Amino acid sequence: MIVPLSHALILSAILFGLGVFCAVSRRNLIMMVLGIEIMLNSASIAFVAAALRWQNLEGQTFVLFILAVAATEVSVGLAIIVYAFRRTGSFDPGNYNLLK
Amino acid sequence: MTFLGLLFYILAAVTVAATAVAITRRNMVHAVVYLIVSFFGTAMIFYFFGAPLLAALEVIIYAGAIMVLFLFVVMMVKVDSPGEDLLPARQWIPAAVFGLIYLVIAFLMIFETRGADAPLGLLIASPRDFALYVLQNHWFSIEVISLLLLLALIGALQLGKSQTKPGTGDET
Repeated sequence: MIVPLSHALILSAILFGLGVFCAVSRRNLIMMVLGIEIMLNSASIAFVAAALRWQNLEGQTFVLFILAVAATEVSVGLAIIVYAFRRTGSFDPGNYNLLK
Repeated sequence: MTFLGLLFYILAAVTVAATAVAITRRNMVHAVVYLIVSFFGTAMIFYFFGAPLLAALEVIIYAGAIMVLFLFVVMMVKVDSPGEDLLPARQWIPAAVFGLIYLVIAFLMIFETRGADAPLGLLIASPRDFALYVLQNHWFSIEVISLLLLLALIGALQLGKSQTKPGTGDET
């Protein structure tokens, strides 16, 4: 017997909050994508804990798909970030005002 | 508190601390390395919760592939801006206050829910059982995911390639 489900959910909630803070408060596109990764990871923790709580493998299946979607999102997102960096020479989203 | 429970709390504390350190670094390489520590902690938590295959995949894909991709991008572009600072306090403090209120309410809801404090049992889904379950019940989703990965490959290739083509833009 290990910890109750509520403690795993609280760990997940704290990590999700840290990820939201990172994605919102940083002025750097790479750090924003890192924040999104932290959020996806915390959701995975909640899914795995719920899969153990209800003894159902659906939760672990979801985590498998979250992993695939995170890999996709990071590869395309970083390609777009590098493209934007070559166009503007900056990671700051506030500098992307070529239309102004 | 059992021995495994103590291990879980230590792992959770290390994971949260490593994440908190990572999101406040100015240097992006330091942030990525601290996040690798955090993902190793998450992988061990997955193993505690009876998902050894997912723990291995977490180390291989998250801590291995994705973080190395971040490191490559950080190394590829020259970042000479130490002036990247957080937003001014009057902008993020209201957001932090609202977020804290939601977090506290979520904690209260979790603690007030009946049945949430039943301790989780030790049960391990072996990789064989898990793989059989996924391929028997979700084979179509697996195919969709493979198509998605192919599209991501083509998209990333196209985004990287259109730089060298002449005539697309004055700056390269």
